Amino acid sequence: MFRHIMVPVDLGHADRLDRALGVAADLARHYGARVTYVGVTVPQPSTVAHNPEEFAEKLARFAAAETEVRGVVDAGSHPIVSHDPTIDLDGRLASAADELGADLIVMGSHIPRRFELRSHGGHLAALSHHSVMLVRDPA
Amino acid sequence: MTDDTNLQGIPAPEGDVDLIETEYDIGQDNIEGAVGPFGFDIHNPVFLISGLSIVAFVVYALLAPTQAADFFGWLRPALTSSFDWFFLLSANVFVIFCLALIVLPVGKVRLGGADATPDYSYAGWFAMLFAAGMGIGLMFFGVLEPAYYFATPWGDAPLGTIRPFAEDGTLIEANVQEARQMALAATSYHWALHPWAIYAVVALALALFTYNKGLPLTIRSAFYPLLGERVWGWWGHIIDTLAVFATLFGLATSLGFGAQQANAGLNYVYGIPQSITVQVILIVAITAVALISVLRGLDGGVKVLSEINMVMAFALLIFVLFAAGAATILSEFGEGIVGYFREVVPLSNPFGREDTGYMQGWTAFYWAWWISWSPFVGMFIARVSRGRTVREFVTCVLIIPSLVCVLWMAVFGGAAINDMIANPETSAVKANVIDTYSPELSLFAMLESLPMASITSTLGIILVIVFFVTSSDSGSLVIDTITAGGKIDAPVPQRVFWCTFEGLVAIALLIGGGLASLQAMVISTGLPFTVVLLLLCYAIWRGLKAEPT
Repeated sequence: MFRHIMVPVDLGHADRLDRALGVAADLARHYGARVTYVGVTVPQPSTVAHNPEEFAEKLARFAAAETEVRGVVDAGSHPIVSHDPTIDLDGRLASAADELGADLIVMGSHIPRRFELRSHGGHLAALSHHSVMLVRDPA
Repeated sequence: MTDDTNLQGIPAPEGDVDLIETEYDIGQDNIEGAVGPFGFDIHNPVFLISGLSIVAFVVYALLAPTQAADFFGWLRPALTSSFDWFFLLSANVFVIFCLALIVLPVGKVRLGGADATPDYSYAGWFAMLFAAGMGIGLMFFGVLEPAYYFATPWGDAPLGTIRPFAEDGTLIEANVQEARQMALAATSYHWALHPWAIYAVVALALALFTYNKGLPLTIRSAFYPLLGERVWGWWGHIIDTLAVFATLFGLATSLGFGAQQANAGLNYVYGIPQSITVQVILIVAITAVALISVLRGLDGGVKVLSEINMVMAFALLIFVLFAAGAATILSEFGEGIVGYFREVVPLSNPFGREDTGYMQGWTAFYWAWWISWSPFVGMFIARVSRGRTVREFVTCVLIIPSLVCVLWMAVFGGAAINDMIANPETSAVKANVIDTYSPELSLFAMLESLPMASITSTLGIILVIVFFVTSSDSGSLVIDTITAGGKIDAPVPQRVFWCTFEGLVAIALLIGGGLASLQAMVISTGLPFTVVLLLLCYAIWRGLKAEPT
């Protein structure tokens, strides 16, 4: 059914993504799909990393940890550098799915870091050609 | 400091840059929350202090307009006449410092680390450099300044050059060439190396401490070598608040004056009445477009608009060049460059001068003005400059914009001067700059002397307005980042707030009076910032020496 699942993650709030990450791992096992963890960063230092290179390393470590903890067999990571993620985040995620050839996007709905004017998940679903599964965190 | 397994903290330094180890985590002083449907993620206390003090100053200017006007009206000329030597010498230091960085071995340090690649193409980068920092000045002063210096009857000619017009207004042919060359050289002095060196110092300091040292993108980070961990406390709060203050008032007062200029242009070209209502409509329109631009983001809005503007400005430049006679103008451009190199030392020497009207009224005023804008423009330049080497960065921020500015001044100023020489009796430029002083009309008066004036004047008005938009949108992004403690991804409502706030401050000051007072206040911040910039040169030097080469 699905061969490649893309999972957008916010490394600054990875602890709050547990449910979405669990669902993604279960689906990957069920369909034997590859999982790519995608993170968006800025060229400037952020709460997560000093620079994009360091961000890429952290994302790769995150993907490796997911493999170990949740037993995802085929996991990879894909960092995206955005000049203005406040605005481009959803668009960059949608094009990343195309580039990666992902056929399913699983993400935490409304990554609960702030109350934005619009929900990232909803907007991404509108922009993307692929199936998008939004997982609402019970908290 | 947190360990590598906790992804929320800043990790230990690694890689081929000289990261600064600090106990500070980006965003640690921020407050996140929501007011109704609007989320926020703001630095405590920089956001609140800057917001409230801006409101307090606006209220002061509105409630005690005469007192404010008297005080700030006295303060600015008092500063530029007492400290003219300090401004002139400091600006010279910045130019020499920047030129040294081009030739010294530290110039090969790359912003963002040895393997970083540039984020933007040269075209996009230059468009943004100009549009944020200088575009509007080129529109306003491109004709005014050369024409004014050429024939000023008020005794403030640069270096006391001879006058091309006799008392009765007749042309003295023998004096024309010298007066013209000095007019172009003295204008270029204000728009070439010196202002760009001021911007380059601030931009380089921020870029270095952000991309190579891993500190947040706020003004305080550049002070780390001087203040150490204290930059995260009140010292830093004060520095950042001052930067927000200078940026917002600088933009709001320019927006107010810009609306008056655009209104004057509309009146001159189309006969649209000059009134507060028209000006408020212009501010609302400019703010609305700036708002759309910031909502489309840095790449989709600010950059696109800057590029469109550069294309339009270039088209106008080419038109004026050919309509006014390319051969003559280009020879004047050459003459201007020769004049610049011949006069730059006497013009930048602050001692033993008799032309104080020019040195204090123009040069020191400009230096204070560029310096008060430098936190904003410098931070914006820093934001888009990752991946360039220091040598490339300084060359591109210093030399190339300088050449463009000198060319611009030679074309617009040359066309205006030639019109004054050719038609001393009927020249609209002479009527509006020399006979009566209506600076806001100088551009339109020059365009009137060329064919298709109604089309080019309309283009001129559009350019004035769009250059305001490109300053306003980049300024809002800068203020938003500073007041979010260096976070680039603060929520959308915050940038909407700053962009709107700036428009509202402009409208309040336009209606209630006080634009001139607060602009004088902003320019007055140029004096303390000059000391700051001198310290930044030292900080940059320390920072660059510590980089692995």
